[in-house]
Amino acid sequence: MIRRALFVLLLAVIGLYTVFPFYWAFVGSLQPESRIFASPAWYVPWPPVLESYRQVFGSTTFVRSLVNSALAAGATTLLVLAAGSLAACGLARYRMRGRELTLMVILAMTMFPQISVVGAVHTLVTRLGLYNTVAGLVVSYMLVTLPFAVWVLTNFFRSLPRELEESAYVDGATPFQTYWRILLPLSAPGLVTTGLLAFICAWNEYLFALSLTVTDRARTVPVAVANFAGASAHQTPWGAIMAASVVVTLPLVVLVLVFQRRLVEGLTAGAVKG
Amino acid sequence: MKGRSLAAQQERLGWAFVTPTLVILALVGFYPLVQTFYVSLTDARLAGTRPEQFVGLANYARLAGDATFRSSVMTTVVFTVTSVSLELLLGLTIALAVNSRFRGRGVMRAAMLIPWALPTVVSAKMWNYMLVDTYGVVNDLLVTRLGVLETKVAWLAQPGLALGCIVAVDVWKTTPFVALMLLAGLQLIPSTLYEAAAVDGATRMQQFWRITLPMLRPVILVTLIFRTLDALRVFDVVWVMTRGQSGTETMATYNFRQLMDFQRLGYGSAVSVAIFGLIALFVVAYLVVMRRWREADLS
Repeated sequence: MIRRALFVLLLAVIGLYTVFPFYWAFVGSLQPESRIFASPAWYVPWPPVLESYRQVFGSTTFVRSLVNSALAAGATTLLVLAAGSLAACGLARYRMRGRELTLMVILAMTMFPQISVVGAVHTLVTRLGLYNTVAGLVVSYMLVTLPFAVWVLTNFFRSLPRELEESAYVDGATPFQTYWRILLPLSAPGLVTTGLLAFICAWNEYLFALSLTVTDRARTVPVAVANFAGASAHQTPWGAIMAASVVVTLPLVVLVLVFQRRLVEGLTAGAVKG
Repeated sequence: MKGRSLAAQQERLGWAFVTPTLVILALVGFYPLVQTFYVSLTDARLAGTRPEQFVGLANYARLAGDATFRSSVMTTVVFTVTSVSLELLLGLTIALAVNSRFRGRGVMRAAMLIPWALPTVVSAKMWNYMLVDTYGVVNDLLVTRLGVLETKVAWLAQPGLALGCIVAVDVWKTTPFVALMLLAGLQLIPSTLYEAAAVDGATRMQQFWRITLPMLRPVILVTLIFRTLDALRVFDVVWVMTRGQSGTETMATYNFRQLMDFQRLGYGSAVSVAIFGLIALFVVAYLVVMRRWREADLS
């Protein structure tokens, strides 16, 4: 009985620690300014005020950043899946000299300290004429997402049965046809997982987004949220920042709830064998 | 003869498939890295128009005497050790709790993914809002409601305290991820082991120390290395919460400041190379562990 109560208490504490910051952001997004700066604080946002949301969606900076983030994360995901699935197929399916070494280099690159190349990537992107563009961000996001994607996909391709592929060869299919018609459809679940991880990773990226953009033209959501400034310089517009946070969080919550199992599989693929 | 040509064909094809990835990674990884090494030997400025001068190892000599960099390394180490050990402890507790069957377990697992999926910038802002000294909810709870503290605390303005807050936010965001990794490991332990132990009269505690922990060791090790590497690179949460003020400057924020704020591309690149070397050591350790593991897996 006591054990049971302690167990429930433990879950409750963990739940509160996890959930309260979300609740507080939600509360803050629905308070009028007078209550945000009030002490003692108001714990229930009643009656709710939508002023902060109006402010956020009326801000061209924020709306533009949503578009930029969607474009950058979307393009990154597509590119990573195209290049990554090909590479994974090669590494998992063909006997190649230097395959283990290549895999180890790619695994090492998943740990790459991005800060170490921020200056050089800045120079590279500027030389390519892509400074302050979404395309420039996509270039830099390859470094963040591609090694991880190849690693996860290679493990996935390895787990596919060989029989179908062999019978395709017997029927005279070319290797690319085999990849395109047989292996790629079979690997759809792995592609969904990897695509989600790449998308979330690119959507959340801050270091390159901060270094490679300078105006609204290419700024992404994390940069916009971090830079959010109010009408007056001396007071932080917490209501608007929390409203923006809620707006950014909601789609992620939906994604996570829908693809829970897939995400966990992908995340643990590198660490747990099986 | 035919088998041989097939092998050759396979080899060519394999490389053809891998080439796009290698080209991309060479462009965005290896080339910038080589460039960083080269620029660290010059006095280049970011977006500078004047041609850079070769200065040899001058930047490294300066780095060796740079007390701010040394203290940023120390701060990063303190941050890494405290946050990673807290995350492992808490993560293990959560994983063990969630591993037992109870109603709502699926929902709990999904909820654990949400902090992980959130942009770090957003979570840092959420905590910034809670930690505001005058009207923040943390002070409101601790001072006004519960009376635990007598006066309101400027959480992010005091050295030590500010770093503690950043650790707390990192633990909040990353513990669920650690718990999920450990949970996946727990689920691989065959239940027959526990059944046999129970037959032999082993207590719950004995089962934990003799079965759970040894069986979980590889997963704990990989998670530990994985998290350590992440923590050593920490940038987002620090930059958003304190800008590296109040004794929270880490290696990455210091490097960023040199490169982007002061536009010292040459000196900043020397800092980059130092950070790269430090992290490479850990990566090598990680690869050795993974390799041994894969070999064990194949045999």
